[in-house]
Amino acid sequence: MSGRYLHVDPTLCVGHRLCAEMLPELITLDDFGYPIISADPVPRHLGRLARRTVGACPALALVMDGNPSRRARRDEPRPVPPSG
Amino acid sequence: MTLVAPAAPGELRVPRSGPWNQRLLAGPKLGGAEPLADHVGRLGGGITDWTGRAGHHQLLERVRRSGLRGRGGGGFPTAEKLAAVRRHGPGSVVVANGSETEPAAGKDDLLLRLRPHLVLDGLLAATRILGARQAFLVAHTAPAVAAVEAALRERPDVPIPVEVVRGPTNFVGGEETALIRWLEGGQALPRYQPPRVVDRGWRGLPTLVQNVETLAHLGLVVRLGPEWFRGAGVADEPGTMLVTLSGAVEAPGVYEVPIGTPLPEVLYVAGADPGAVALLVGGYFGSWLRAPDVQRLTLSRSGLRPAGATPGAGVLHLLPQGTCGLRESGRILAWLAAQGARQCGPCAFGLPAMASALNEVAKTGSEAALEQLERWGDQIEGRGACRHPDGAVNLARSAASAFPDELRRHRSGACGGYRPSLLSLPPAPDPQ
Repeated sequence: MSGRYLHVDPTLCVGHRLCAEMLPELITLDDFGYPIISADPVPRHLGRLARRTVGACPALALVMDGNPSRRARRDEPRPVPPSG
Repeated sequence: MTLVAPAAPGELRVPRSGPWNQRLLAGPKLGGAEPLADHVGRLGGGITDWTGRAGHHQLLERVRRSGLRGRGGGGFPTAEKLAAVRRHGPGSVVVANGSETEPAAGKDDLLLRLRPHLVLDGLLAATRILGARQAFLVAHTAPAVAAVEAALRERPDVPIPVEVVRGPTNFVGGEETALIRWLEGGQALPRYQPPRVVDRGWRGLPTLVQNVETLAHLGLVVRLGPEWFRGAGVADEPGTMLVTLSGAVEAPGVYEVPIGTPLPEVLYVAGADPGAVALLVGGYFGSWLRAPDVQRLTLSRSGLRPAGATPGAGVLHLLPQGTCGLRESGRILAWLAAQGARQCGPCAFGLPAMASALNEVAKTGSEAALEQLERWGDQIEGRGACRHPDGAVNLARSAASAFPDELRRHRSGACGGYRPSLLSLPPAPDPQ
């Protein structure tokens, strides 16, 4: 089975910070109080806790799926000016 | 070392490598839009005559063999995008994106005003390839809208509704998801992807959002073939591109340049001031290049890669003598911060903080502010719904590394750059 990854929809997240409290192994906060999600797949032993953390997000901004994190693919897309 | 060799007095600036202004900007230098009769007279026949009985597979294959990449900044292979939409079958939507919300850019507007039929050729070719049911063309200015509407009325070969719309004015409004929301009647704000717009775009339909210059090249590829298209440019990035050149040049404006042209040649042709300080490539998301880089690099994605830069949407700004690159970058970054959609925390709070830090660096050369700039850039990158924060971070990083002499000068309380700026930074409009 391929790995599971956590993502946050930044347009929904308003910085409740619950996720970073519940899952500090994979989620830290930036200097502005918003979650930085680990780009690594969720390790097996944290799978249950990760699911509970997803369910606990008051903004419903946190999701877990099989798509690798966008941040992990540093080499890939470059910033696109808006008229792309 | 200067950025570009000075021209001898009275010397005629003739580009040494062609074809400059030979494709999109070929034909008579008109004050207004080229009429359909002239367009067809120059290129022969309507786009349907050129597509003939060719099926969408064959047309797509022509595009694939041409190697055409997007000219809106992303540089994505056009055939791949077309194929991603076509995969869903007919009934999709085409959006010709000429919203051009970058203030230092003017090439899409010029193209739509002077050569609307080239863009419409490409729009109709894309429509044909996709079997699209609806198309939009988004322009930045009222004259461009008028030119395209008049051109559409001239054409007998428009099989589907094409709505011509004046685009949003906010900077992020030209991003594809924001533009689609705008065309649906909503606010021009980006949304989180996935789903990608090629899968679920306008009203949930698979949607091709393509820059208008890309479409103009696409129309010519379908007419004249991939081999012709590859007659300019470099092997992995064929064709010409439109650049908008501003700053310390005698003749600012839009030039059509073969991809891979050496940067000094581009600057020389436009009459660049040999004493200019630095060149901003890729617009306000771009990178500053100093003389050694400008001297050795060419205008292409691969040619600029050694300096960590990209051509973006072809925006070049030459920083005049006596202007401080740090201060100018601080102004751009503050403007970009104010232009965010204020939807995503890292961008809404991070960019203003970075702009303050960069302005502090520009005032005092503060080491602490430089460190903050680096730390926040690393934190913010890749964490917005769109790539607005990433572009702003790119500019900030480039500013922090491109002007070491200015930094030293600022630490001793001096600054060599008090000349007025030539940067275009319009007042921030209200979010749409």
